[in-house]
Amino acid sequence: MSERVNVKKKQSAPVAEAKAQAALPTLGPKGMLRWAWTQLTSMRTALFLLLLLAVAAVPGSLFPQRPANPATVTQYIKDHQDYGKLLDTLQLYDVYSSVWFSAIYLLLFISLIGCVVPRAIAHYKAMRSQPPRTPQRLSRLPEYGTLVIPSGAGIPASDAINGAAGLLGKRGYRVEVRDADGALPSLGAERGFLKEVGNLVFHTSLIGVLVSVAAGGLFGYSGQRILVEGDTFVNTLVGYDQFNPGTNFQSSQLQPYSLQLDKFNITFDRESKGKFGQPIDFAATVTTKENPDAPPKQETLKVNDPVSLGGTSIYLTGNGYAPVVTIRDGAGNVAMQGPVVAKLQGQNYYSSVVIKVPDAQPDQLGFVGFFLPTAFVNDKNVSFSADPELFNPQLTLNSYYGDLGLNKGAPQNVFELDVKNLTPLNARNLAAGGITLAPGSTYTLPDGKGSISFDGVKRYIGVDIHHNPGQVSALVFALLAVAGLILSLYVNRRRVWVRTGTAADGRTMVEYGLLARGEDHRLAGEAAALRKLFSTEWQLTDNSLTEDSAASQQTPSRTSDNVPGSDDNAAGSVTTPAGPTGPEKDQ
Amino acid sequence: MPFGINETMGQYSELFMLLAAGTYTVAFIAFAWDLAKSSKALRAVDLKAAQAGAAAKVPVAAGVGAGSSGARLDGPADRAERPSSSAKAGGAGTGVVTADGDMKYATERRVPARVAVALTVLAAVIHGAGVVTRALGAGRVPWGNMYEFLTTGAFLVAAVFLLSLIRRDLRFLGTFVVGLVIIMLVAASVAFWTPVGHLVPALQSYWLVIHVSIAVLSSALFTLTFAMSALQLVQSHRQKTVGADGVDKLGFMRLVPSALSLENLSYRINAIAFIGWTFTLMFGAIWAEKAWGRFWGWDTKEVWTFVIWVVYAGYLHARATRGWTGTRAAWLSIVGYLCVIFNFTIVNTLFNGLHSYSGL
Repeated sequence: MSERVNVKKKQSAPVAEAKAQAALPTLGPKGMLRWAWTQLTSMRTALFLLLLLAVAAVPGSLFPQRPANPATVTQYIKDHQDYGKLLDTLQLYDVYSSVWFSAIYLLLFISLIGCVVPRAIAHYKAMRSQPPRTPQRLSRLPEYGTLVIPSGAGIPASDAINGAAGLLGKRGYRVEVRDADGALPSLGAERGFLKEVGNLVFHTSLIGVLVSVAAGGLFGYSGQRILVEGDTFVNTLVGYDQFNPGTNFQSSQLQPYSLQLDKFNITFDRESKGKFGQPIDFAATVTTKENPDAPPKQETLKVNDPVSLGGTSIYLTGNGYAPVVTIRDGAGNVAMQGPVVAKLQGQNYYSSVVIKVPDAQPDQLGFVGFFLPTAFVNDKNVSFSADPELFNPQLTLNSYYGDLGLNKGAPQNVFELDVKNLTPLNARNLAAGGITLAPGSTYTLPDGKGSISFDGVKRYIGVDIHHNPGQVSALVFALLAVAGLILSLYVNRRRVWVRTGTAADGRTMVEYGLLARGEDHRLAGEAAALRKLFSTEWQLTDNSLTEDSAASQQTPSRTSDNVPGSDDNAAGSVTTPAGPTGPEKDQ
Repeated sequence: MPFGINETMGQYSELFMLLAAGTYTVAFIAFAWDLAKSSKALRAVDLKAAQAGAAAKVPVAAGVGAGSSGARLDGPADRAERPSSSAKAGGAGTGVVTADGDMKYATERRVPARVAVALTVLAAVIHGAGVVTRALGAGRVPWGNMYEFLTTGAFLVAAVFLLSLIRRDLRFLGTFVVGLVIIMLVAASVAFWTPVGHLVPALQSYWLVIHVSIAVLSSALFTLTFAMSALQLVQSHRQKTVGADGVDKLGFMRLVPSALSLENLSYRINAIAFIGWTFTLMFGAIWAEKAWGRFWGWDTKEVWTFVIWVVYAGYLHARATRGWTGTRAAWLSIVGYLCVIFNFTIVNTLFNGLHSYSGL
């Protein structure tokens, strides 16, 4: 990433004045664009955008979000008359698809591309070029050492440099020997190119993840369906209770497989005191058919264990009770018969029931009330459910007659009954009272409006059906990103230079220096390892490895830099604002 | 269910936790004692050195320099990887930092510190027994609710701290780390206590073992770096003020390495923790796909996990950006940890989301 040194200088007044008067060179539209591009792709901007992204993601957790829960958002706006609408204008209920959030991450990704591409080109060139020339003064490098091969060893300078080259090559360095037959042969070596490769792979993979997510949004779809025991779902548009197509969805994408719910079992916790009655296992036995002509197959659908069918995955996301009722109308005909999905309201499957009977004659009938799996009445005469299992199932209902308003064609919520245009038949405050039914019992409605029988109870499940073509590639890119991240953090890019020469008395002098590119806390360890390798190769005695005085003698520049002569220096050297990445910063 | 609930085991576990918290408290006091005692001793040495130094300034400094390098056995290889490591040559004179920049063990014995470490080891063993009995009592991994997440997380913090002590002298972090562990244990027992119980079906997955264990481990590492970054800020402030006017109000901080050494080490730990957090995020997404049918849905917990990831990504980038190293990077690391805490406490208990498994 390109980066400029931030020059902060206190300007004296005349300088500032002169600066204000000086005419700035006009950049022109092209220059402006170039300037904007440089700004955008700078590390500083990327960092700023990254932190801004973190901040911008937060409101999504503070306010209800439409994609997750549209009904809650509507309710929230209603409840907060003063600012609810304003938040909507600011797209705070759709944070992650909002203009401002998208702007931040798109800018970030453009900045990322603008940074990755030039770096990739530069790194490609670097990988194909030779290590940089040997510096004049190796002793200035952060790691430096010397070795002396005695004159009797028979290793001249040129042999020593070739030996060093061989060792470095085995250690994974790319080596170039210079001036092998000259008076001062030297070599340059470099390793750790994978660090930058990992870095580039990481950042590129993030783009890949983003593209995969976008692809999933374009070509995927999802939907929900409630299935009572015995029900069959067929994967067609009409088969869904709710369907959310992706932008480019086509109904031909749906494979007409079918899934029948045979049985749904729940295991409740009967052991622990604190969580008594908490469900600990949900298991749905389903019969699936890949297509209408395929042989049926029995499978178990569980939470955390979806069923895969026809390119989709089917998830168990909800469940409840569905009391089975038979309703006869005023004419004595069966106007409705079957299970009614009861919507969960509270503890222990305390659920609400709404029954609409548009086929009842002469008047349409409606019922509203509650279903309790284990009905119990407390001392305040309020019914509640004492257990999630069916120990004492009970239906308590109010009834209405009149026009349900279904014939007008306006869509209605099946879980709500609009009683505005209806006449109450049964309620607690009416003479007829409310309806209370146990399984197997029948209640005859007042005024000859008909009757209702509570035949039994079935269970239902809610399933989510998802098709996301982007998720496999998102996973692959995520794995690539992690691999790249690990490479970029743990591969160290290092350069080594070695120079040899012959002293007047015939000894072969070797000096070497190491330099890290970027953060490398193991550079000193590498220097020690190399020293050991060289010493073994040239059969040097061990005391040259550990002898501190010898080393400090040979590295006069460092010793004088690091061991302060006066105690003032000791304090001063600590506060020296040296960067953490050593002398070379290349990011 | 393959395993039953064992309430007796659960009670044993709670007893162990209580004992561990008590032992940690004693260890905490020992660590604090070490800081106080050592800084007192250092002050006395300072005073002597100042008196002697008035007469012969140069010999004292030279003698100290030679002494400190002579005490080191690893020779030139280890010398001064960074400009910072020159701090160790500062000696007992008027140096701002006495501690070794490499955080290697020095030769002199610090008895209270040894006692403190021994006590911490004992506490961690008891704590570990508490975690294991909890797991046995519930018949599953001990991180199914906030109580278990906190107690297991606190154990990991202590364990990682003790393990890192094998290679590095991080005893200066002792008061901080053990203090945090005590806070975590107390918070778990007081605010998030939950009896042993079965898991809700949504948590019954092998991903619980993978996803949550990495999350706890990363959080434990972030806890360590939080302590280091906080100390780094104090130390860097101190180095500036002491450098300016020479008055040292925080003498005990001399046992803490220089700000730069702290920054470098916390960067290395943060890098590991960041990889761990990346895995947490990724495995969480895979599990979410299995459990809820989508790998990413901006659930509140997902949002905050993402925010934490981005903040620490920012931290890693900041270290490579001029003008953002040092104090600013430390602040980013602290902000990241505050997000971790927020994600754990507020998001789990007050926000509605799919991750509402606090067990409260």
